[in-house]
Amino acid sequence: MAATGDYALWAWLAPGLSFLLLSLVVPLRRSGRPAAWLSIVFSAGALVGAILAWRATVPDMARRILWEWIPVEDGVLTSVGVLADADSTLMLILVALVSFLVQLYSLGYLADEPPASLGRYYAYQSLFAFSMMGLVLAPNFVQLFICWELVGLCSYLLIGYWYQRPEAARAAVKAFWVTKAGDVGFLIGIVMLWSRTGTFDFSDLFAMAQGGSDALTGIALVMFFIYLGAAGKSAQFPFHIWLPDAMEGPTPVSALIHAATMVTAGVYLLFRTSFLFEQAPEVLHAVGWIGAFTALFAATLACVQADIKRVLAYSTVSQLGYMMAAIGAGFASAGFLHLLTHGVFKALLFLAAGAVIHAVASNDIFAMGGLARRMPQTFVVFLIGTLSLAGIPFFAGFFSKEEILGATWAGGLTLPFAMLVLAAFLTAFYMFRVVFIAFFGSPAAVATGAPAHGAHGRDAGHAHDAPPIMTVVLWVLALLAVTIGIGFARSHPESEFVVPGFITPLAIGVAVGGIALATVVYPLRWISPDWLARRLAALNEAAHERFWLDDLFALAYRSGILGLSRIVGWFDRYIVDGILNVLSAWTLTAGDRLRRVQSGQVQDYIYGIALGVLLVMVLLRWPR
Amino acid sequence: MTLQAYLTLAAMLFCIGLFGVMTRRNTIGILLGIELMLNAVNINLVAFARFRGDVAGMVFTVFTICITVAEVALGLALVILIYRIRRTAVADHLDLLRG
Repeated sequence: MAATGDYALWAWLAPGLSFLLLSLVVPLRRSGRPAAWLSIVFSAGALVGAILAWRATVPDMARRILWEWIPVEDGVLTSVGVLADADSTLMLILVALVSFLVQLYSLGYLADEPPASLGRYYAYQSLFAFSMMGLVLAPNFVQLFICWELVGLCSYLLIGYWYQRPEAARAAVKAFWVTKAGDVGFLIGIVMLWSRTGTFDFSDLFAMAQGGSDALTGIALVMFFIYLGAAGKSAQFPFHIWLPDAMEGPTPVSALIHAATMVTAGVYLLFRTSFLFEQAPEVLHAVGWIGAFTALFAATLACVQADIKRVLAYSTVSQLGYMMAAIGAGFASAGFLHLLTHGVFKALLFLAAGAVIHAVASNDIFAMGGLARRMPQTFVVFLIGTLSLAGIPFFAGFFSKEEILGATWAGGLTLPFAMLVLAAFLTAFYMFRVVFIAFFGSPAAVATGAPAHGAHGRDAGHAHDAPPIMTVVLWVLALLAVTIGIGFARSHPESEFVVPGFITPLAIGVAVGGIALATVVYPLRWISPDWLARRLAALNEAAHERFWLDDLFALAYRSGILGLSRIVGWFDRYIVDGILNVLSAWTLTAGDRLRRVQSGQVQDYIYGIALGVLLVMVLLRWPR
Repeated sequence: MTLQAYLTLAAMLFCIGLFGVMTRRNTIGILLGIELMLNAVNINLVAFARFRGDVAGMVFTVFTICITVAEVALGLALVILIYRIRRTAVADHLDLLRG
């Protein structure tokens, strides 16, 4: 039992070591494939370490390994180390697993990249794995925040991996800015919490919460600020705008960072600190409402997207909303369960979509079509992921989604519960819309979208399954998507709340209903999609325009931030600089005047001396 | 003759010398003014030596006269050199050190 912390520590440090090697040994990084294999071997080691750590955990017991980090006069301000318990090691396995599989998959997906770029990619991947594991294992807010920023940095670097493309560069900056807006709140929250309690440590805070410490009463504002950070990272409304644009990065990156791990960091944070959020029920309430609204909102947006990755991105936003709703309802473990299952099946969906994009060289689902026959393996795994996401029984997503619906009902959030049910219906609809358009029907004649890698001669007509290294990864994930749900259902029997009997039939009903609607609209064409779009014209247009939120942010940026910076610029130019300019002008003038005293003529100096002596004499004899 | 008479004479002589130094434009005139001021000091020294019965003042005067001779020799040499180089001995034109 003793070794769980050590295993977790080794799992954490392995990718860090690989990042150091890749970043310092330049020839190795530039060599491309050897660098990739190095990173893959280390992440496999991390996976083994994570599994060992999880197996060695003891229920209700956390292992801590801490090093003192920032010494202050009386003791230590904060430490650095690992906090390994059943939850964090489970999350560690998810991170290590998806990270390992994605790195393996990338070897096939990015096979056409130049070696130097590939090495850079793997260096970032290693850094990401290291930071994400540090975040998961963080024993206090400081380490968590630092790793939080590091994963944000990796996200920025990997979205902008193809930095020559202006859209990718812009998306990277946008993601960085929007998440940073939330992170400012997070930092403020951490410092406020520290000034109240005097500690950053989770264990100390937990003890305080258990003991009903006075320092933790009325911390609603503090928790709201901390929630802002989580909302930015986990793409909650209205911070969700960065996630769809983040799809400009390579597809494996989207699978790893923007579906399975980094975006769930916000949910993980709330899960990890749920004992603090319970001290502020009103904030939890807001979390639940915003989460449910985000789930529904993003689901409507996903219904009109033509880009397969954007559909999945909005779906991720929607599912993150589900997790947040469960946490808001007060049942954080339900949200965490969905986090784990979602991590697996969404990674599967993204990687399968990556295989499709790799084959078709386009993101546009209308440029695909008929892929089921040409890419049978990809089709099967994509279907497994879709069924899991839609919440069909015995697939992973079903159990966790049902759990979340039950949690929101039991938590008394009735209207959010209704929103989530509607979102579940839409989820099934938009996922099967993609399946029917992309995998059935006839292949589109010409691929219209811009080629993803400039590969010629690839289109839906000649598409074929991805190379084995990619399909193996897909099958592993598909297998997991089928089995982990059942596994969790068997090992997780104790429920914190009573699920009413109608939840399960309702969940299955809306999922099947959504699939049925998609079937009626797309392959059968009993209802034409255009007719549907006309009936919901206002909603359709709003969804196409992303509910004008991006425009709103741009406007706020232009008029608010730029206006403010103009004022600040004026102040700086005319007040701050002005004072200094006046001072320097005075000095110059005074110097110029004084210079003339030095005429260089002896007699002038003698005048001065004589007058001075006279003055001294007068002063000496002056009657007092 | 009182001490005051000697001191008044010395003060007047000093002022005349100072006036000369300050107003003359010619370098030689300035040197003459300096000479007058030094002699005013000499009168002071001698007068005090005499009225206090102390020989030290007279010794000092002898020193002063010696140094004055040297100073005048040096000063006139400088004036001649400056005149050779700059073709002028007017102090107003010698303002190369102007700030």
